[in-house]
Amino acid sequence: MLEVKDLHVYYGAIHALKGISFKVEDGEIVTIIGANGAGKSTTLRTISGLLRPKKGEILLNGVHLEKMKAKDIVKMGVCQVPEGRRIFANMSVLENLELGAYLRNDKDGIKNDFDRVFSLFPRLAERRTQLAGTLSGGEQQMLAIGRALMSRPKIILMDEPSMGLAPILVEQIFNVIKEINSEGTTVLLVEQNAYMALTTAKEAYVIETGNIVMGGQAMDLLNNEQVRKAYLG
Amino acid sequence: MQQFLQQMVNGLSLGSIYALIALGYTMVYGIIRLINFAHGDIYMLGAFAGFFAISAFHLSFIPSLIISMAICALAGMLIKRVAYKPLRTAPRISMLITAIGVSLFLENGGLMVFSPSIRTFPTVFPVKTFSFFGGLVKLTVKDIVVLTVMIVMLILLQYLVYRTKIGKAMRAVSFDKDAASLMGVDVDTTISYTFAIGSALAAVAGVLVGIYYNSVWPLMGIMPGLKAFIAAVLGGIGIIPGAVLGGLLIGVTETLVAGYGNSLYRDGVAFAILIIVLLLRPSGLLGKNQREKV
Repeated sequence: MLEVKDLHVYYGAIHALKGISFKVEDGEIVTIIGANGAGKSTTLRTISGLLRPKKGEILLNGVHLEKMKAKDIVKMGVCQVPEGRRIFANMSVLENLELGAYLRNDKDGIKNDFDRVFSLFPRLAERRTQLAGTLSGGEQQMLAIGRALMSRPKIILMDEPSMGLAPILVEQIFNVIKEINSEGTTVLLVEQNAYMALTTAKEAYVIETGNIVMGGQAMDLLNNEQVRKAYLG
Repeated sequence: MQQFLQQMVNGLSLGSIYALIALGYTMVYGIIRLINFAHGDIYMLGAFAGFFAISAFHLSFIPSLIISMAICALAGMLIKRVAYKPLRTAPRISMLITAIGVSLFLENGGLMVFSPSIRTFPTVFPVKTFSFFGGLVKLTVKDIVVLTVMIVMLILLQYLVYRTKIGKAMRAVSFDKDAASLMGVDVDTTISYTFAIGSALAAVAGVLVGIYYNSVWPLMGIMPGLKAFIAAVLGGIGIIPGAVLGGLLIGVTETLVAGYGNSLYRDGVAFAILIIVLLLRPSGLLGKNQREKV
């Protein structure tokens, strides 16, 4: 279980996260929805160790992550698919996936996971030697997800996987998220696309200007009047 | 014709040395966007390490080369740790100024420790000349050593950057530090390795220059350091093959100017090339015109 308790994060003088708390149970899909600039990416970047909280705790099965190096957090089984995909455009698809397995040394296991990623995303298999920068937006998102899976995460953090994708591709990506989850990986999903996020997740939180203002079953939030007004149009 | 070919050989030997130094400039720039002006002085340190290994400890060429590479790799990592790491979040200009400071420190430290006198590098290889193509080109043993060592180093570097895990991490970090961190790459360690590799290549250049020109002194790094910087910019800073191309071009140009024109102009020509490149093609011969990332 991933547990965030009273997390405060600053960018210089700007108080970006003002004491947020939430829980992600093992095996679930949990989503945090919110507008641009509400603090969604900041939350994920802090969990991954790219930002240091000023106060608060991040616990993975009781182990403190908030002071760990980014590398050790990946080792603990927390991996992120960052916003905007951030694939290594100057490297081949295969090299991108190899980097996803950077901390692993089990050759056979890595090979199996290549096959797993390629069966999940057959398009990537066709393009394995191509430079990642030449892929389409949807393919790049698939690569970013595949790359994260190569670390065999216990929990995968996804930052706006639907960003900039056509509706048909968004649906495809969300199907993949469900499939990854059904194979046993916990998912923490951060989204602006509230409808897709709430119909996919089990638990959900709403974040506004650095505060979690609502939380509960995703279904309940989907039917909540306030949420409908603010996020579902 | 014969003179031209001979000048080309000399130019390529000199250019190989510039190329080895330029590689360090370009690799460090590629990973932390810093022009490490202390790099020329690392090369001086490498030359002295080789000098002492050969003259005081009577080691042969290859062990001396390896010792010099190891010493410079450590020095490079130490400089990174002490001078640059604390400035990682500071404005880029602070690091650049610090680099100039480190350079002055090493130069004056060198004058103090090694004394300002020019020392004669011991003769390591027999003075012997081989003729090729019916006497058209003459290569000395030194030429052959310089060219061979450079090619070996390039092959090793190519292998390291494209075939090993460290190389993959280096490329990932130079492309996107945060994304690399999210893969579990230790960015700080990777930057240290980059400094170590660049500095070791400068050490090779230092030892080769000692052997080629027979002399070492504490300020020997200034001019070749600047020339190698020009070479890196000419080829496209941050681009590894560019550093090699730039180094060889500067070496050959300089030798031709000295051979056919006036040797007083050789330094001037190198700097003129820098100005022309910056005016006409600031991203270098192999560089793509990229907009600065915001």
